[in-house]
Amino acid sequence: MTKKANLNYSVQEMISKNKKSNSLGNLVEKLVPIFLLFCAIVSVLTTIGIVFTLLKESLTFFTKVSLKDFYFGTEWSPWTDKFGVAPLITGTLLITVIAICVALPIGLAAAIYLSEYASEKVRRTIKPILEILAGIPTVVYGFFALTFVSPLLGEIFTDMKIFNALSAGIVVGIMIIPMIASLSEDAMSAVPRSLRDGALGLGATKFEVAIKVVLPAALSGIIASVVLAISRAIGETMIVTIAAGATPNMTFDPTQSIQTLTAFIVQGATGDTSYHSVIYNSIYAVGFTLFVFTLLMNILSQYISRKFREDY
Amino acid sequence: MTTIINNNAAFSIEDFNLWYGNDQAIHQINMKIPRNEITAVIGPSGCGKSTLLKTLNRMIETIPSVNTSGSIKYNDKDIFSKKMLVEELRTHVGMVFQKPNPFPKSIYENVAYGPKIHGIKKKKVLDEIVEKSLRGAAIWDEVKDRLNQNAYGLSGGQQQRICIARCLAIEPDVILMDEPTSALDPISTLKVEELIKELKKDYTIVIVTHNMQQAARISDKTAFMLNGELVEFTDTDQLFSNPKDKRTEDYITGRFG
Ligand SMILES: Nc1ncnc2c1ncn2[C@@H]1O[C@H](COP(=O)(O)OP(=O)(O)OP(=O)(O)O)[C@@H](O)[C@H]1O
Ligand SMILES: [Mg+2]
Repeated sequence: MTKKANLNYSVQEMISKNKKSNSLGNLVEKLVPIFLLFCAIVSVLTTIGIVFTLLKESLTFFTKVSLKDFYFGTEWSPWTDKFGVAPLITGTLLITVIAICVALPIGLAAAIYLSEYASEKVRRTIKPILEILAGIPTVVYGFFALTFVSPLLGEIFTDMKIFNALSAGIVVGIMIIPMIASLSEDAMSAVPRSLRDGALGLGATKFEVAIKVVLPAALSGIIASVVLAISRAIGETMIVTIAAGATPNMTFDPTQSIQTLTAFIVQGATGDTSYHSVIYNSIYAVGFTLFVFTLLMNILSQYISRKFREDY
Repeated sequence: MTTIINNNAAFSIEDFNLWYGNDQAIHQINMKIPRNEITAVIGPSGCGKSTLLKTLNRMIETIPSVNTSGSIKYNDKDIFSKKMLVEELRTHVGMVFQKPNPFPKSIYENVAYGPKIHGIKKKKVLDEIVEKSLRGAAIWDEVKDRLNQNAYGLSGGQQQRICIARCLAIEPDVILMDEPTSALDPISTLKVEELIKELKKDYTIVIVTHNMQQAARISDKTAFMLNGELVEFTDTDQLFSNPKDKRTEDYITGRFG
């Protein structure tokens, strides 16, 4: 049989004709990479610009307040010239730890359920709902924390402040559950079926397959999702501004009011701080500290996911 | 097990039908798979060989749309009865898949996985099981110096023998193999075939294969399937030299499809 048996035209001829006549297409073909390169450069330049501004204003700050006073001082009270950032850092850590304690077990359990147990139908219903949950504006979560969670917890811890770290932390945790659940589920669903079959064929139960085969194989993806969620928690602003109080407080007692790095930035930026005052510059120093934190988290995640990678 | 088994069939399949949703993939199969022999299943693509094989250890149930009727008895016990725990069935009826599917772990961990999930924890015992299984799968000499390396670093043929070792480690009675050599080169294929013949002493083996020479080389009995039906099931020599059914003859002489 020849390849042109039933055709009264030649595909090859048509292809070569189209190729010649299509000079506009060739132009587009040449311009596209230039345009894409331009976009890539814009995004890189913006990042560099942001880091540059952060650094510049922070350096101005550090000519007025010493590095030592900033990072080792234990009192943050900028309106009385006390610039020890430690209370803001402990505040941020406290919120993050509480949030992860809430989100990690629930998010991971949800991911295991969705990828290993749920029927296709259930999965297809629940996943979009999770994604909607991720799209709720954080200001709504903030009011949820203040007007619902806080009073509820007040029933249990009687000496608890209305504005406190615990309710803010829990709600930040709730906010990042969908992120952990959804991304971990993606990682677990990507584990090939043949691995599950291998374990099931040895008489493993579904749960053993989930814990001892799927989870380790998806570990790098899961860790990446958790680190992303931690970064989200560290950077979360609205919930803590609304619900955690604005009291820089060097404590690990979650029933107390605290202030996080982000919440101070809001306070500083929305208050009547005059341009080029020390407080104005301190916003940048705090912002820079925050940036270093999230940068470290990113590096950590890269390192961990490389270390735990189980290639399949 | 101390149950007295008064016939020599590992599996007795009676009036067995299977549907994927509304599509019937297996029609009314009756078959007795003999113990301590090698049974080959041959037939054209899509005729239901894998489906039948996966039913024997109920791996087919991982596909939600599957429905069955009829009965399959393993050592005279109904495998679909409520009393039969599927995990227990699978510890007696092991499986080696078409594509080597080692876990992304070390060679040692791969082989020790089965014993471990069934509660064997002593390092010394596990070491012995791993060595014995790797020897049983004729790959010990090739990997004994690198047990802690990832199994993914091995060749396809080596990986497949690791999977066989993984299966041997829980000492099943039956080993189901779905085209275990289809992803392997001729030399690895020969090695695995030698191994299968060796294993026959201690195990009942059911092997699906597209390769009729392979079926003729290694099996004692051969089943020929077509469109979900069992056309002919008899001694391998008999089936290849003197097939009873016209369709079998057409298939083995290559006059088919
Ligand atoms: N998961 C599934 N869902 C629906 N139908 C399926 C599924 N798996 C197999 N089938 C159908 O069942 C029939 C038998 O398939 P099976 O995989 O058992 O064939 P096979 O004999 O193993 O073929 P091959 O030699 O190509 O592996 C085929 O018609 C196939 O389309
Ligand atoms: Mg098949």
